[in-house]
Amino acid sequence: MDYFLQLVLNGLFVGAFYALVALGYTMVYGIIKLLNFAHGDIYMVGGFVGFTMLTAASGAMGAKGGLLLLIVVMVLAMLTTGTLGLIIERIAYRPLRGAPRLSILITAVGASFALEYGIALAYGPNPRAYPVGMGTGSFNVFGVRISTGQLVMVVIAVILMIALDTLVRRTRSGRAMRAISQDPRACLLMGVNVDSVIARTFFLGSALAGAAGVMAGAYYGKIDFLMGFIIGLKAFTAAVIGGIGNIRGAVLGAIVLGLLESFGTAWLGSQWRDVFAFGFLILFLTVRPTGLLGERVTERV
Amino acid sequence: MSDQTPKEPGVTGTDAPEESSAFVRAVEERGAANVGLAGAGLTPTSRSKGHQTAASKALASPWFALAVAVVALALPYINSQAYTLRIATDALIFIMLAVGLNIVVGYCGLLDLGYAAFFAIGAYTAGFLATAKGMPMWATIPFVILAAVAGGIIIGGPTLRLRSDYLAIVTLGFGEIIRITANNLDVTGGPNGLFGIPDFGEFGLRADVAIYWTTAVVVILAVIASSRLGRGRLGRAWRFVREDEDAAEAMGIHTYKVKLAAYITGAIFGGLAGVLFAVHQTAISPPSFNFLWSALILMAVVLGGMGSTPGVVVGALVISLLPELLRGAENWRYFIFGVLLIIVMIFRPQGIWPYTPTEQAVKKSLFGRFKGGGSGNTAGTTTEEVAR
Repeated sequence: MDYFLQLVLNGLFVGAFYALVALGYTMVYGIIKLLNFAHGDIYMVGGFVGFTMLTAASGAMGAKGGLLLLIVVMVLAMLTTGTLGLIIERIAYRPLRGAPRLSILITAVGASFALEYGIALAYGPNPRAYPVGMGTGSFNVFGVRISTGQLVMVVIAVILMIALDTLVRRTRSGRAMRAISQDPRACLLMGVNVDSVIARTFFLGSALAGAAGVMAGAYYGKIDFLMGFIIGLKAFTAAVIGGIGNIRGAVLGAIVLGLLESFGTAWLGSQWRDVFAFGFLILFLTVRPTGLLGERVTERV
Repeated sequence: MSDQTPKEPGVTGTDAPEESSAFVRAVEERGAANVGLAGAGLTPTSRSKGHQTAASKALASPWFALAVAVVALALPYINSQAYTLRIATDALIFIMLAVGLNIVVGYCGLLDLGYAAFFAIGAYTAGFLATAKGMPMWATIPFVILAAVAGGIIIGGPTLRLRSDYLAIVTLGFGEIIRITANNLDVTGGPNGLFGIPDFGEFGLRADVAIYWTTAVVVILAVIASSRLGRGRLGRAWRFVREDEDAAEAMGIHTYKVKLAAYITGAIFGGLAGVLFAVHQTAISPPSFNFLWSALILMAVVLGGMGSTPGVVVGALVISLLPELLRGAENWRYFIFGVLLIIVMIFRPQGIWPYTPTEQAVKKSLFGRFKGGGSGNTAGTTTEEVAR
């Protein structure tokens, strides 16, 4: 029973993490039907930006920063990756908005490649150790071990998700996003500035991915320039499971995927974890391509 | 996600483009007013029409292709150093991969990001049967084709019914699945891979020369086959599906079957290239089949010119020979490739050497005359089956 609970908790933890990345995927897809392959790499860049800032900060302050420093760095990294998302959208995607779908997919692959190897050029191809961790303490709840780091991550992730959900559902800007995902043409006629709303969507999605990148660095203690590849795939899987284009669906999908992986790993061994996840993606697309929430919810971003 | 239609998006291929076209229309409506539209002239039709100069006409002529093939076959007489032959064999195998991926991406417009998976399937099937079961190399080929077709059906079957971008990411996942599986199984030798893979026979020649010639012959045949496939009925169906899937469906083309045919044909090309690779390397291991490979092959296709056989061959030569010139600068190279992909797509989506649709050229073509209607007929019958 304890083991079962532990697996559930691990799944929820990993799921919260996937959810942050999956949200960006699903928002961009929902609004312009683009699979942003570079999204996983923006997460990776977030990790590196955090790494640079934390290194500089711990050099300046001469002490290992605490949680507060980490949160400040995370916010700054979110701004940086958000801006990066804007730049990528402006340079690589906007010029091709009327072009065939294949062209845009290929530029997305190109953007992903350029980010990965750009970082490899800037930081070197070897993994970097993160200067600040999330604390090593842990405590027991009903015989299940939770580390402080995990708890902090889940709390931050949940706060960000609630903030995003509120933004999309309650604000004017969120309404514009939902409107564009429904009918971009009508939005143009109604005076919505489609370009700037799309740019804003990229900013938000990339900022969330950046936050996830910093969290990953602080939690796993290590980052490398290819770490966005697998996460990008997993996040997409999560988005598909939940029903791509649907924000709450992405969170649900990420949690489902986290749980599946957690149990799948316990059953088959950790070396099969990724195979299990991607196999599930293919199965899901075969059986229910609209995802869990794809049908019932008509309001999507 | 315009949900005016009660149908589930993506379940049938037909309602998916409808969604996108709403947006495309919205963008087109603004036309010149859109400052962000840097590549404004690039309508979907302009990518298939290249500017045909006298030089490009000469280069596209079958005689030029024949000359290239003769040079490729005569290479061991020109320079038979082991190093030259090794590089040349690698380049030839890469050409075969690029030509195979061109069928999927260039002709049919489906983005396959896990093409290295079929390469791996071919290499591992041949390697396993030859080393563990002691089969002669040539006898493994039917099994390789079967395995590649099976892989193509498993991945293409479910995903080709959906929107085309799902295929891109599913193939990406499939590439990883194959690599990780090869890494974890015992029959594939785990992380060490398979080694001591035999060759096709030495025919009384130096081993590397024999391998080079077998590779050259297979690759030349593959290039011809893919070029002819692209010009046959099935090839026209592929291009039609790429340009406008709805219109193709309306004209009676069974788009799902046509797409599956492209995907499976590409898989067979990849699998056979894998056999050549296994023979050439004599040892294979999972890292040889990572995403980088798939991306490089895609790069060759895009850079050369999607759908254009000579373009793709040139693209493959550039991508495979460039590392020999730029040793030790891998990261720069890949970074530049990534930037190039974006630049090419924005400013020259038709590639270096675009495909020029000239139906006249089909009749006059050199190989068409030599082979009569032979392969034209086979292509015709396949379309007939495919298009029902």
